[in-house]
Amino acid sequence: MPEILDRARTQVLENGVGLDEADILAVLNLPDEHLPAALQLAHEVRMRWCGPEVEVEGIVSLKTGGCPEDCHFCSQSGLFTSPVRSVWLDIPNLVEAARQTAKTGATEFCIVAAVRGPDARLMKQMREGVAAIKAEVDIQVAASLGMLNQEQVDELVEMGVHRYNHNLETCRSYFPNVVTTHSFEERWETLRMVRESGMEVCCGGILGLGETLEQRAEFAAQLAELDPHEVPLNFLNPRPGTPLGDRPVVEGKDALRAIAAFRLAMPRTILRYAGGRELTLGDLGTRDGLLGGINAVIVGNYLTTLGRPANADLELLDDLKMPVKALSATL
Amino acid sequence: MTELSQSAAVAPWCDRCGEAAATGAHTACAAARALEPPRYCAHCRRRMKVQVLPVGWSALCVEHGATEG
Repeated sequence: MPEILDRARTQVLENGVGLDEADILAVLNLPDEHLPAALQLAHEVRMRWCGPEVEVEGIVSLKTGGCPEDCHFCSQSGLFTSPVRSVWLDIPNLVEAARQTAKTGATEFCIVAAVRGPDARLMKQMREGVAAIKAEVDIQVAASLGMLNQEQVDELVEMGVHRYNHNLETCRSYFPNVVTTHSFEERWETLRMVRESGMEVCCGGILGLGETLEQRAEFAAQLAELDPHEVPLNFLNPRPGTPLGDRPVVEGKDALRAIAAFRLAMPRTILRYAGGRELTLGDLGTRDGLLGGINAVIVGNYLTTLGRPANADLELLDDLKMPVKALSATL
Repeated sequence: MTELSQSAAVAPWCDRCGEAAATGAHTACAAARALEPPRYCAHCRRRMKVQVLPVGWSALCVEHGATEG
């Protein structure tokens, strides 16, 4: 057993203290023969500090495409030659999307918009949409609308949005290679306001953007410092027309090492499978990740790409004897 | 498979990359389409307005109308 895993067993599993950056890097550098042990330990940590329940979420794009920002992985930027066109979802279809999500047993429904930050039109759409969902569907509503000002944070709280997603995407040192139209610090400031408002903080990112393993460890450590309620973990799905469109997908074993490392860095967080897992991990790898530290999934489709059918994930959770977290447990 | 992608087999344009369907095999496009909605109308190559939903998607071509998957 590598020394780092022995130490993590005491520090993380027994004492609930996450690994620091150097130790996260040691996990990311573990040779393949030690990967099963790392995943097993990460699974034990998840079971000890989070329990067996899996939080299920659905997401939908309220405003797609035409974004003025240049996040190099994103097909929704209006600055690239991506084939994604701008489109708005109307309120009846938004409510229907929430209803479809609730039918899967999901407790979370996240409304996402491709914007730098919300304008008056988007906030109005949110007000009406959230109210309509709350009137008709039994599900928690989260939002992801880019960078916020204090007034907008307060307004989302008033609407009853209980969790706000704003991904840092990658570590501070690599961020300027991925986004040039705003800074890591601007994102951090939004996250600070969200936390102070009482909304739950959801913050993760994308692996495979060209960051080194050292930068991947830096990212996990910076997320641990933020201490978010939830960390969505995406693996790059290279999108045509974007600056990262020709990058290779993350190797499955590297993705699993990252899952274990992020869990050992953040023993109590909700660590969610997000986009790209279908390409990077496939069915078998998805199972391995759920037995290696993941305790939440996005089911169904993503914002501009498609996911596995929700039933496939729910059957897998049933096979693994991992109960879907009930709505009553989230209130 | 959707109505549009079925008809794409005989339509002139690839509904994923927007290039001529007869140019190359578009094997990678076909594989990618398992996890992507169409982006181009296979009949006229126009970029479509596409809304992905938690279950399914819809695509609208201003000339050839809507399709769903």
